[in-house]
Amino acid sequence: MNKNLFGAAALVLATLLFSLAWAQEAPPADRTATGGAQTLEDIMRRQEQLKVDESFRSENLGNPANAAPITDQLGTRGGVSDADAWRSIRYNKIDPTVQSPGPANTVMIQDEGVAWYKLREGPVITYGGSALLGIIVLLVIFYFVRGRIMIDGGPAGTTIERFKAIERFGHWLLAGSFIALGLTGLITLMGRSFLIPVIGADAFAPLAAGSKWLHNNIAWAFMLGLVMTFVMWVAHNIPNKLDWQWIKAGGGIFTKGHPSAKKFNAGQKIIFWTVMILGVSVSLSGLSLLFPFQMPMFADTFGVINSVLGTSLPTDLAPHEEMQYANIWHSIVAFVMMVAIIAHIYIGSVGMEGAFDAMGNGQVDLEWARQHHDLWVAEVEAKQDKGGSS
Amino acid sequence: MKVMISAFVAALVIASLSPIVLNQFGWSSAEQARSESVRLD
Repeated sequence: MNKNLFGAAALVLATLLFSLAWAQEAPPADRTATGGAQTLEDIMRRQEQLKVDESFRSENLGNPANAAPITDQLGTRGGVSDADAWRSIRYNKIDPTVQSPGPANTVMIQDEGVAWYKLREGPVITYGGSALLGIIVLLVIFYFVRGRIMIDGGPAGTTIERFKAIERFGHWLLAGSFIALGLTGLITLMGRSFLIPVIGADAFAPLAAGSKWLHNNIAWAFMLGLVMTFVMWVAHNIPNKLDWQWIKAGGGIFTKGHPSAKKFNAGQKIIFWTVMILGVSVSLSGLSLLFPFQMPMFADTFGVINSVLGTSLPTDLAPHEEMQYANIWHSIVAFVMMVAIIAHIYIGSVGMEGAFDAMGNGQVDLEWARQHHDLWVAEVEAKQDKGGSS
Repeated sequence: MKVMISAFVAALVIASLSPIVLNQFGWSSAEQARSESVRLD
């Protein structure tokens, strides 16, 4: 299968979330007064940062078929005036010869980059940073309202093996690399805005270079951890009717009883699938950024979305534009993952007595296990009894 | 905790080896950014 199509198929589901917002069309404009050229309304819409239908000039690039004889004006240019040629450059509709060949070097003007820069420096940092601060504040409030979730009746004192060494290795490979990726990603995204004013450009430069190196290279450990945890745990994370019961009971967080669960409860399954789906998406966009211009995905993705939803997302993207979409998507998905993982870290450490042991040394208190994963304990004990009696 | 530390070390080892492995497969960011076929006509 074509790798671009594969990437497009993998990204399409998550990208659907944003398709409606991007599908706004500019209203048709009457340009008879200017002979088809720009009108005052176009200028006003642009000043108000509204979408303007640029086709009146982006597609007005001259017609060689209408070339005048070489004895007439414009004849040697084959029916293309200077203005037509500059419009071609402006809208990337030329096929120029360049001295340094490369996938992006033939694009002379790429003004979509301005929109990317504004989006990256504005809403992505603002909303992404707010989401991180918001989840931390919520967890602090939750901690003071609910308190630490304790083992009812206290620990049993005996333990049961919750995760084998290979499972914990896969988890920590994924977790350690994700934390490194999150921190270095935030330094890369926000350092210019927040760190340079504090530590200065001279101190930030080596930090930024080191962050870039670590981010680019530890990504492979993240992808390996993602594959390992998927293979080891996917069978235990298939949703079933029990999960609905667990969700209806709110996981037992605000009630006295504990809803039944097997090895993973519904909350853990939500985290698992969030990490897997978003992990694949962030890895694909990351690979696209890691190998610039080699793995364009968004034009194909938008094509699939357009064919399914009838939207008109752009499918004729410049190489730079592909990278810009990958960059923005990478940041958005990473922020969503960070929010989910911060909540996961809370409940797996300070939020619940006995939870960290599962990934700490692999042995959890038997009473903790019975309260949170009663059916799993029963399965393990049944296997042990069978093994002991045979 | 030993498993956790060894996984963190493994992540750093993978990070250190990945540029070398990528070079072996003929891809490096330094090569990507330059071209041998620059024309000066």
